[in-house]
Amino acid sequence: MTVLTRLLGSSPFRLTIAYMGAFVAAAALIVLYVAWQANALLTSKAVEALTAEVASLRGEFEARGAPRLVAAIEDRVKVPGAGLYLLRDAAGQRLAGNLPDVPLGLAADGQGHVFSYAGTTGPPGGNGPGERLAVGLALPVAGGLNLVVARDIEDQRQLAASIGRMALLGFGLLCALGVGAGILISRSTMARIEAVTETSRRIMAGDLSRRVPLTGTGDELDRLSESLNAMLARIEELLAALREVSDNIAHDLKTPLNRLRNRAEAALRGSDAATHRDGLARVIEEADELIKTFNALLLIARLEGGALAESMTPVDLADVIGDVAELYEPVSEDAGLGLAVSAAPGMRAVINRELVSQAVANLVDNAIKYSARIGVPAAAGAAPAPFPHREIGIALRRAGDRIEVAVADRGPGIASEDRERALQRFVRLEKSRSRPGAGLGLSLVAAVARMHGGSVRLEDNAPGLRVVLSIPARRAGTPDGM
Amino acid sequence: MRVLVVEDDRETALFLQRSLKENGHVAEIAGDGELGLALAREGGWDVLIVDRMLPRLDGLTLIETLRREGARTPVLILSALGAVDDRVKGLRAGGDDYLTKPYAYTELLARIEALARRPAPEEQVTRYTVGDLTLDRLSHKVTRAGQPIVLQPREFRLLEYLMRNAGQVVTRTMLLQNVWDYNFDPQTNVIDVHISRLRSKIDKGFARPLLHTVRGSGYMIRDGAD
Repeated sequence: MTVLTRLLGSSPFRLTIAYMGAFVAAAALIVLYVAWQANALLTSKAVEALTAEVASLRGEFEARGAPRLVAAIEDRVKVPGAGLYLLRDAAGQRLAGNLPDVPLGLAADGQGHVFSYAGTTGPPGGNGPGERLAVGLALPVAGGLNLVVARDIEDQRQLAASIGRMALLGFGLLCALGVGAGILISRSTMARIEAVTETSRRIMAGDLSRRVPLTGTGDELDRLSESLNAMLARIEELLAALREVSDNIAHDLKTPLNRLRNRAEAALRGSDAATHRDGLARVIEEADELIKTFNALLLIARLEGGALAESMTPVDLADVIGDVAELYEPVSEDAGLGLAVSAAPGMRAVINRELVSQAVANLVDNAIKYSARIGVPAAAGAAPAPFPHREIGIALRRAGDRIEVAVADRGPGIASEDRERALQRFVRLEKSRSRPGAGLGLSLVAAVARMHGGSVRLEDNAPGLRVVLSIPARRAGTPDGM
Repeated sequence: MRVLVVEDDRETALFLQRSLKENGHVAEIAGDGELGLALAREGGWDVLIVDRMLPRLDGLTLIETLRREGARTPVLILSALGAVDDRVKGLRAGGDDYLTKPYAYTELLARIEALARRPAPEEQVTRYTVGDLTLDRLSHKVTRAGQPIVLQPREFRLLEYLMRNAGQVVTRTMLLQNVWDYNFDPQTNVIDVHISRLRSKIDKGFARPLLHTVRGSGYMIRDGAD
């Protein structure tokens, strides 16, 4: 029963019923109007014919006198399906015709009136005895004679009545069909909406892999389902990423925490002050590394929250790059690497100088780290390092409406299939798991790029890696000054 | 040096008090913002260390109130909030320096000592001298024992900052902030290499080194034996 009430209360059903009600009402109005008009038209045609007949009968009388008129009427009465006639003299005596008496309500004014009469002597083809309907006119003829001429319109009335009955039946059928269609439509719509509801319940219960079924018709419900499914897929993806991140956090924070604990324990086991001191120093060192990892994590989370937009100012990127290069120049020189900067001044963008500097610094830092490693003479027997140009390139260039900062090294590079993953938080490619660094460098760069409406891509420097930080060159060409 | 520590975590506050005492300073503790403001108003402090999140009255409001009342005591803000804009907000409220938790005590000590001895804006020094090393801020000339030393612009700023804080420890982070205007810590110790370059220019060939490495903390320029 609840299913039925829910069905009857559903919006598709209510809509169908309302639509059908309006349709039936309009149709009924049209039918009534047409019927009324048709009836009036038929009646007025009949009156016209009667008037013509009266004129011809009167002509008969005027030309040849009363007996001829009586004979004419008698003649006409004999024709099957004929009209109704009555001719009376001044005393009210019937002289001719097939009407027993002057019908009630038929004034002798020469105007057409509808009246009913007892149809026992009605024309053949009638519906038997009883009240029948006729239209006629009564008028005095000269010499005290009174003439009534009428036509039986009982058939017309019966037709109208049967049309009325049929219309009623039709409308009834229409209503029934409408209700049925309403139920059908609402059932199919409700079934589909029910599927969405059911899916969302399952998802709420924890099964995120559920999807709303599609009918494949591409209608609006399908489109809604599609976008719901896309949203669910995105949520699932984010949750999976979150899970991966928390797993990685667990790994990348717990491992150093464990190391920290081990060192503290080892120091505690030591017997002399020097061991204690040394152990504590190592504990602090480890703690500092943890803090760095933690800060980087927080910063990335903060950037992804997009909370730093207010600190953006128009800056010449050549200055930013020049400063970072200047900071790293001594380090790269010590590592035996050249630092080639190509940055023409004048490429301005609205950025957070601090964060972009940090991103570029991270890239240069990585480039130095990886190049230096390759550059170390290999163990005996191994092939010599195949990279003749021991140089790190920092280039600034305009690419359409974007400004790109490219940092290129001649290190081992990243295989093309690993590049996408390398930008994710905490991902340190397996090959480098054993190397220092929390694996947050590139993901921080990616987060900085996203915060500036830009992106990061990794390219093959053949050999080596080129990281391209691309940010929109908004307000390009604005004059110097903030 | 008299230091007021406005910090609601009792253990942190006691740790600071004890450590500062070991370094020859006097520290008093205020456990909430209102008490901190009341004690700060009494005056006589060389430095205030103010935590940003305090019960009753938050750190930034405390500092703003003091500054409005005309107090110019240097303030070091301690905060767990370390993003770029948090720092900017802290300094805009009237803080003189901003240190993010967790911090190394040596970093905090170096910073409050630098703050306490910072010259007032009106007494701008144009010439720094440490031993036989002089730096002229107007002519941008550096000499040691009368011999001119040619420095790159950044090296000049590095030396200038070290000499302004002569006799005090300057940490790597302080150098990054004040000489390079960066508030992030690079993964590599880039500062060490800059210092060793500067050292080779000002100390090489002289019997007495002036630029010293303070283990575990940073650097210090001073005249005198180790």
